[in-house]
Amino acid sequence: MEAALTILLDGLQFSSYLFIVSAGLTIIFGVMKILNVAHGSFYAWGAYTAAFFIGKFSDMGLPDALGFLIIVAAAIVVGVILGFIIEQGILKHMYERDEVLIVLATFGLFLVLEDIILIAFGTDPYFAYQPMALLDSVELGGITRDVYGMTLIGVAAVVAVGCWWLLNKTKWGTLLKAVIFDREMGISMGINVPLVYTLTFIGGAILGGLGGAYIAPTISVAPGLGTEVIVLSFAVVVVGGMGSIAGAAIGSLIIGILRAIAVHELPQVELFVVFAVMAIVLVFRPEGLFAPAKPRKI
Amino acid sequence: MFNDRTAKFLLLAALVICVGGAFAPNWIVNQFMFGFSRALAILGLMVLWRTGLVSFGHAFYFGLGAYAVAILDSKLGVSDVFLRLLAGAVVAGVAGFLIGFIMRNYRDIFFAMLNTAISMVLFGIVVKTESLGSTDGFAISASTIFGLAPETKYPLFVIITLVGLTAALAVNFYLKTTFGKLTTAIRDNEIRVEYLGFSVAHAIHLKYTISTILAGGAGALMAMSLGQVDPESMINWTVSGELVFVTILSGPGNVIAPFIGSLVFEVLRTYAFELAPQAWQLIMGATFLTIIFFLPGGIWSLIEKLGGKKNEK
Repeated sequence: MEAALTILLDGLQFSSYLFIVSAGLTIIFGVMKILNVAHGSFYAWGAYTAAFFIGKFSDMGLPDALGFLIIVAAAIVVGVILGFIIEQGILKHMYERDEVLIVLATFGLFLVLEDIILIAFGTDPYFAYQPMALLDSVELGGITRDVYGMTLIGVAAVVAVGCWWLLNKTKWGTLLKAVIFDREMGISMGINVPLVYTLTFIGGAILGGLGGAYIAPTISVAPGLGTEVIVLSFAVVVVGGMGSIAGAAIGSLIIGILRAIAVHELPQVELFVVFAVMAIVLVFRPEGLFAPAKPRKI
Repeated sequence: MFNDRTAKFLLLAALVICVGGAFAPNWIVNQFMFGFSRALAILGLMVLWRTGLVSFGHAFYFGLGAYAVAILDSKLGVSDVFLRLLAGAVVAGVAGFLIGFIMRNYRDIFFAMLNTAISMVLFGIVVKTESLGSTDGFAISASTIFGLAPETKYPLFVIITLVGLTAALAVNFYLKTTFGKLTTAIRDNEIRVEYLGFSVAHAIHLKYTISTILAGGAGALMAMSLGQVDPESMINWTVSGELVFVTILSGPGNVIAPFIGSLVFEVLRTYAFELAPQAWQLIMGATFLTIIFFLPGGIWSLIEKLGGKKNEK
């Protein structure tokens, strides 16, 4: 029973963090049709920025509670700066090119951003445990969990509800859906599509950064961070259906819980299981498990 | 075939390189060995790229080839160069042929992603399996040639060059056959190709299998050149990215391009690493972006321009 609860909570935590990162990836894909490999770098940048400043603030004797502010600020700063530069500097000039070529360009960006991290932050790992230590741990059904990890689930829920609200209840969401459905028609109706693209990319980048910044206190922030995350988020968005927020949620739940089961019961298959699911979904339902049928445009 | 400029050039170049290698210092020989080993995989990816397909997971076949050599070596003690090469190419080719039945129905992003998924499955298995060397991989004993153990790397270098030559000539010949010419045709308009009476699925399946055999052979040669295999530098998705990178760098223009591109890649990597150990990926990434933006035809298009398009044949 306790083991099952541990698996469930571990799975939910892992799913939550996957969801935050993948939501950004899937939004960018849904609107702009860009499969952004550099998304892994947003994550890594978020983690490094947060860890660096949490450490600095703590050294300066400022209260540890500021850590939470830093996490949010790091995500926003990283997302806005990197997102803006990349979209305006590189991607904007590629929209007319082949989709696959854009993927390759983002891979080039990924390599560049990985090394700028090394240059900026060095190769030594960072530990930013303060926010986690601050929240202590709780007894829950006979097992001890740290509260910080549990708040991750809350953050993911906030992100999910926020995305849903933005898409379905605001004018911006309606515009966004119009652009997703038919970009050219959107332009002719007077939607400022370039602006929508820029904002979408920045929004997605912020989510990527937030995933990294929020997870930073629970891990050692070391080089190569983004490499694993990006393929995991690919698996998530593929399983749920590329371009759908609900899909990202379902995908991260499936992958997160499967991985938690694997870690506890059969650690040898931890990675295998994730990508086997991805491959199987691609083979049988390339559009994703729960993606609605698409109307074909001529 | 021998009226063909490309074939003539390849034969001449191989001769020059083989002879030159005998006098070249060790590090140059090494660069050529790594470069030409990788070039074999690039040759296959080039065939796919001409068809409009980009695989972000050919490290699967590259890794299969490399690990075939490693497992033959550690479990059975096979050290013959040709047996090892054959094993790598056959294992990868069989896997590629089988997976090709699924893969031939996929295009664009989905093609790239399914390949990634499959390669990461193998990565996941290898990393977590003790008997497959886990994250450490295997060291590979020195290769022998018909039972003889050469003292220098030169014989292996000659073999790699000759294998590269053979593969390049074969692909060059293939691209001139009707089925081979279906590459660009499929990229431009699949429906028309079907109306011409060809099966697009069959054509793609064949090209995919060719590319996997070549990638497997490349992995086997790379394993022998390096003397070791490990998942991080043989199977992880970044390796697939690297292979695609070199393909774009080389350009799809000619079968010579992958060899030039791979050499440039090796040299670039070595120098970037020496110049700035913390920034070599940055240099690679920036080069990649520059190529995508300003030189979509890769290095080969530069050569074509310099040679006034004479080599295009």
